[in-house]
Amino acid sequence: MSIDINTGERTATVAARALTKRYGARIALDRISFALYPGEVVAIIGPNGAGKTTLLSILAGALEPTEGEVARAGDKRFGWVPQEPALYSKLSVAENLRLFARLERLADPEQAVARMLGQTGLEDRAGEEVGRLSGGNQQRVNIALGLLSEPPALLLDEPSASLDPRQRERLWEFISALAGHGTTVVFSTHNVAEAERYATRVLVLGDGELLFAGTPAELERAVSEPDAAAGAVRDQLVGDLETAFVRFLHERGH
Amino acid sequence: MRWLFVKDLQILKRSPLLVGLLIVYPIVIALMIGFALSSPPGKPKVALLNEVPTGHGQLSFGNQKINVAKYASQLYQSIDAINVNSRAEAISKVQSGQAAAALIIPADIVSQINSLVTQGAGNPTVDLILNTKDPLERQFADQAISSRVAQVEQAVSKQVLRVAVTDLQETLNGGTLKFLGQTVPLLGLKNSRAIVQGTIASLPKNSPLLPALRQVVNFATLAIDGLGFATPVLSSIGSPLTVNTINLAGKTTPTDSYAASIAVIVSLMFVGVLLAAALLALERSEHTYSRLVRGLISPSGLLSEKIALSASAAAAVTLVMSALVSLFVHLEWARFPLWVVTLALGGLAFAALGVAIGGVAREVSVAALLAFLISLPVAFVALVPGDAVSGTLRSVLDAVAFVFPFKAALQAVSNAFSGAAPGIGWPLVHLAVLTLVFGALARLAMRRFA
Repeated sequence: MSIDINTGERTATVAARALTKRYGARIALDRISFALYPGEVVAIIGPNGAGKTTLLSILAGALEPTEGEVARAGDKRFGWVPQEPALYSKLSVAENLRLFARLERLADPEQAVARMLGQTGLEDRAGEEVGRLSGGNQQRVNIALGLLSEPPALLLDEPSASLDPRQRERLWEFISALAGHGTTVVFSTHNVAEAERYATRVLVLGDGELLFAGTPAELERAVSEPDAAAGAVRDQLVGDLETAFVRFLHERGH
Repeated sequence: MRWLFVKDLQILKRSPLLVGLLIVYPIVIALMIGFALSSPPGKPKVALLNEVPTGHGQLSFGNQKINVAKYASQLYQSIDAINVNSRAEAISKVQSGQAAAALIIPADIVSQINSLVTQGAGNPTVDLILNTKDPLERQFADQAISSRVAQVEQAVSKQVLRVAVTDLQETLNGGTLKFLGQTVPLLGLKNSRAIVQGTIASLPKNSPLLPALRQVVNFATLAIDGLGFATPVLSSIGSPLTVNTINLAGKTTPTDSYAASIAVIVSLMFVGVLLAAALLALERSEHTYSRLVRGLISPSGLLSEKIALSASAAAAVTLVMSALVSLFVHLEWARFPLWVVTLALGGLAFAALGVAIGGVAREVSVAALLAFLISLPVAFVALVPGDAVSGTLRSVLDAVAFVFPFKAALQAVSNAFSGAAPGIGWPLVHLAVLTLVFGALARLAMRRFA
């Protein structure tokens, strides 16, 4: 039975049901279900090996689930920004954009290249070989490639990992603007504070299981609930979401 | 796929060092192999059938004698002889590959040589049966036997010359001749002329005998001058022995064009394997694989692009190389379409091997190193002469050579260049099958990419 992406009054950009991914005996994702809507900024957080990259890869269509299904609104592919910049370092910024615009079969590749150069502020670097750019600029080209076809959703795997604070700030401004125009943005991160600050919704993964889905405020409430194991230490943790999050995972055996 | 092709060409264009190495390195290696091929390895295995009865291996010229058995023992120093008892057994040894060649010395060889040098009639012939499967083995066996046959010929010629020159000197200068136990004096031409000249001097000037005697002197002078030239002329006595070469499987690739084939295939292998391995590994090391295969191109399409590009580059480089080689080595230009077909199919098979290697490497440098480590032994295994190793090891080497494209490509290109045996059909089918097999292995390896 296929999933209905029309839930109530809203139409989801993407809906997943009972997504499972196994690598041999290891379970990377275990029966995960959720729906994401236009304009949402969704953070997927969890420790290493929780299944964040696997989940994003399946949503991007780069990986097939072992079981379960994903339904997407419309025919368009989602934008995909892998953790490591997926670029040809011997090609220039413009050549990378032009190549993928052609592979995406866009009606006007040159116009798309110009638009993305303008949107990411890389016009003056258009002719430069990507291999000579800084990590931050490479990440901008990486994101530009994900947005070439004006996708309904942009999937970013730990997008701020290699950026300095200023580049990070510019990235989040850019992402907020995208969401403001109705693009669904999904990103994975280790940085709980970043999720709290920029996400409108948080999915918490642990060992392939979906442990939590809700707003950052709901997550904060969930991790601050009374617990016999926490004792007097809890008072020191209130207001520190990251520490509370670690305890939250610990209490659930992750 | 067109745009990926363009992209890869752009990347290659911006890597002049890599491209230069890819072209220059294999050509240098190929030339070195070509030079190495001109030096034969150890003794070839030769099935030897000596039908000359024991004790009948001696040639006699005048009072000179040649023991042919002495030269037969020298032949044993040049070859690894397998003594056989019949012509059929000799042929069977060659056909089964146990011997690179067979040499058959007929029973009447000694009397035929004697007849030739004493009466000018006779056709002393030895049969040399060669295994045509491997032109190198054929060349080495041929060379080893031919040099020994030449020694026998030289020895016979020398003795004939010695006898003839002695007789000539005696005819010119006089001497003694032993006949029926008696020593008979020989006057000689010079002495005869001196006697006649003395007689002329003692005769009156109007003697009617003078014209006739002067004719005798003139003749003696001409004969002395003529026979004086005979000694160097006799030194040029040719080859009393005829070597009748029999090829069991038709026309053989000439050694020089076989060496050219090896040089071309080594280049085809290096360019095809290295380029394909590096181009596929590049997609992984640049993290672009995941981006490409999520709907932009299928993994099989990506593999096909890498194989096609690498095979085209390898075929183009080696086609130019073949044209240049043909300036120095005879290659049949009439078969040019077959050159193109074989180099294209060979290029595809090597490129498929390359993507299979690139499929297991995460980095371009690792892929290139792996490609080298695998390619070189593959080439050497295919070039090991069958006689150089024992039966079991040979079977193992044959099996290894069979599952890689080098040997099939070499056979196909040798045939394309010279029309020599074996035929071109099976090697081409073999290459096509290997392309599919290595392509499938590469596709399997790419499952680890995501």
